[in-house]
Amino acid sequence: MSIRNEPLLSLRGISKRFPGVKALDGVDLEVRAGELHVLFGENGAGKSTLINVIAGTFAPDEGEFYFLGEPIHDLHPHRARMIGISPVFQEFSLVPSLTVEQNLFLGREMVSYGMINKRAMRQMAQKLIADLGFDLDLHRRVGELSRAHQQMAEIAKSLLGEVKLLILDEPTASLTERETGRLYELIATLKAQGVGIIYVSHRMREIRALADRITVLRDGKLVKTTDAAATSDSELIELMTGRKIDVLFPTIIHQPSGVAVDIENLSVRGNRVNGVNFQARSGEITGIAGLVGCGKSELVRAIYGLEPIRDGTIRLNDAPYGCPSPHISIQKGVAYFPADRVAEGLALSRPIRENASMAALELESFSRLGVLNLAGESARIQQIMNQLKLRPPRIESAVGGLSGGNRQKVMLGRALTREFSIFLFDEPTVGIDVGAKLEVYNFIAGLVENGAAVVVVSSELPEVLALSNRLYVMHHGRIVAELQDDQKTEQNVLASFFKDSSMPTDTVQ
Amino acid sequence: MNVVAHRNYTSAIAVGRATMDVGIVPLLLLVVVAAMALVEPHFYSTGNILNMVRSASFLAVVACGQALVLIAGGFDLSVGAVIALASVLAAKTMAWIGVAYPDEPGLAIAAGVLAAMASGAGVGLVNGFCVAKLRISGFVATIGTMSVTLGIALILTNGIPVYGLPGSFVQQFGRATWLGLPSTIYAALGAIALLVFVQRRTLLGRYIHAIGGNPEAAIVSGVSVFRYQTSTYVLSGVFAALTGLLLTAQVGSGQASLGGDRMMLQSIAAAVIGGVSLRGGVGRLEIVTLASLFLTVLTNALNLLRIDSRLQPVLLGVILVVAVALDELSRRNSALDSHEPT
Repeated sequence: MSIRNEPLLSLRGISKRFPGVKALDGVDLEVRAGELHVLFGENGAGKSTLINVIAGTFAPDEGEFYFLGEPIHDLHPHRARMIGISPVFQEFSLVPSLTVEQNLFLGREMVSYGMINKRAMRQMAQKLIADLGFDLDLHRRVGELSRAHQQMAEIAKSLLGEVKLLILDEPTASLTERETGRLYELIATLKAQGVGIIYVSHRMREIRALADRITVLRDGKLVKTTDAAATSDSELIELMTGRKIDVLFPTIIHQPSGVAVDIENLSVRGNRVNGVNFQARSGEITGIAGLVGCGKSELVRAIYGLEPIRDGTIRLNDAPYGCPSPHISIQKGVAYFPADRVAEGLALSRPIRENASMAALELESFSRLGVLNLAGESARIQQIMNQLKLRPPRIESAVGGLSGGNRQKVMLGRALTREFSIFLFDEPTVGIDVGAKLEVYNFIAGLVENGAAVVVVSSELPEVLALSNRLYVMHHGRIVAELQDDQKTEQNVLASFFKDSSMPTDTVQ
Repeated sequence: MNVVAHRNYTSAIAVGRATMDVGIVPLLLLVVVAAMALVEPHFYSTGNILNMVRSASFLAVVACGQALVLIAGGFDLSVGAVIALASVLAAKTMAWIGVAYPDEPGLAIAAGVLAAMASGAGVGLVNGFCVAKLRISGFVATIGTMSVTLGIALILTNGIPVYGLPGSFVQQFGRATWLGLPSTIYAALGAIALLVFVQRRTLLGRYIHAIGGNPEAAIVSGVSVFRYQTSTYVLSGVFAALTGLLLTAQVGSGQASLGGDRMMLQSIAAAVIGGVSLRGGVGRLEIVTLASLFLTVLTNALNLLRIDSRLQPVLLGVILVVAVALDELSRRNSALDSHEPT
């Protein structure tokens, strides 16, 4: 084994700014030949921006980039591949209608005398697949393959040709145990050949098994590069989450009264929610924490009627609620705020007025006998948007031109168009800036103080800890903890996440 | 901000919005009309003007129905075939009742109108069911119903026009003039006014925009996508059938050759030139009506100028593509301009 210790890749002071966000702020990174270097951090910490800079997808605004000791400028994806930087992104770069073999050589087909040399390509592809030990049929169309096999094809594609630096972005997310084992063996072989590997993962077990060094990023900044062997799991989590308090959470007065939402043994189709018991009371915020994909979003979506229920009962204010649908939920006073406002919340081409009034149009103050009361609508929405301090207060502007914070205000405006008593927030502050976050928190505080039942689902732990009176923790579709008062701490939540960290689908996000 | 300033500010926005929304169609129309004044005086004869307005109003009825489907994010290729079937069914029904009850022309007309409308609504329901429930793409579903519908119309007639319409239907309605205008124009304008009202002032119209703008958001807001998406296809079918009836009254017989591909293509062209986005969510029926007038006037002008009729589809195609390209360009520019930093 010949591990050369001079750096393969060396980045100094890399910064990358996107409109309104500094995604990377003076980051240094050094990857040695034959090393597996893990990038660790929360969503939005800058990991994917960084690997995109290394792969040539984004040009950095500032900083120096050395590869094999040579300064590199104006990198683009094709050139990155030429010099031996090969990325495997989570978004596959495969064409579903082409075969595995065609995909492997896409853009670098072997040509002799102007003709595609199929035989040479086939031999090379077969040798590669055999070396990798992948169980992959070269003649199948990629679209017919399972996600795991597509992942293998993607990895195989990245290893065709001479690779010096391999970038793997959560490569085991869709692999089985056995396939993951194969990948580990492959990684060991590549390391022995002196290939440097940048590996993005949230899985502690995997990091333990593979990492030589770990670089922790937070809010676009380098926190620390550390030797894997010398750092404990809890130290890593502390490095990752120990952010400065950048938002002052409002003090919320919880005065819990009756049970507004009572869920017994609820399961949804596909078991993303599996046998959950849950209660939300009026006059308090009930939080649900959990990792991405743990089923916490699906739980509130099931209550609202967006997720098909397989089993269990829902009661709203003591009355059974049989087959929830959004239309009936709204009539029963349940408001839902989706996490993805672009995909599920707003019609971007339509004005603020129409988006805000959407859930209330059937009310008498908005329409009679199917005919809209446009003047009444305008006046009411203008009043609501003034109350929410929409700046600028132009309710006829299309929602597509608004910032994340203003888009969320349009969504919040919906809650004021009619009488709601139960509010389900799914990631209420995702993608919005600090000032707007505070306004959202104050809005939620106002609802609770007026006696509403509020459920806040959030992947952002400090947020859900600070807002909620009682906090449920979900994992793999089940409630694994219910925390209250002084039990409600970050350590306890994280502990319940990692209680069964042997499961391969654990992700800290 | 004080009240007066605010009023001025909002009215300035309203004016800005109006010019932006109307787009280039009125300008194009003016150009063609002005140019014809210079080259072809016959263009301005009363007969020609009435002829153009009548054709344009028929096209506009179909195009407005089509536009509602497009705004909701769909596609209706069956409108031309519905015109043919409605014409044939109306004529057959009227002729049949006319023979059975020779003294009751009113009954025959009522039954014929009902049969035509029911066929349009029926095709629309099938389209809506295929698209909203079975999740077939609107393009494929309506190509299917187009083929079936036209086939039925041809089977019913063997390609021969159906005669025997009540005289009052043809003479007192189809070919009559009221206050100097062909009577069918009133019916068509009434239909357009109704559709404009539906779009601008009713829940249905608002939900059509919402569904086209973002179907998932409409679902989350408690809007029944199935009900309203189907409604657009039913409206499109019913108003195509109405056009079939008006054409039947005008020509005096039921014909499977009425409507057809040409009407279908023109209805989509008028909608798109009139600013309806094929991505859904955006479009105004008044402008679609103007665009229908523009297309009709343009065709008429080309005919009067004795431009080879084989060249006309070429021009129409070019205009269509240019209109959509301009729309895309302006949309992209305004998206860049209006984006505030996050």
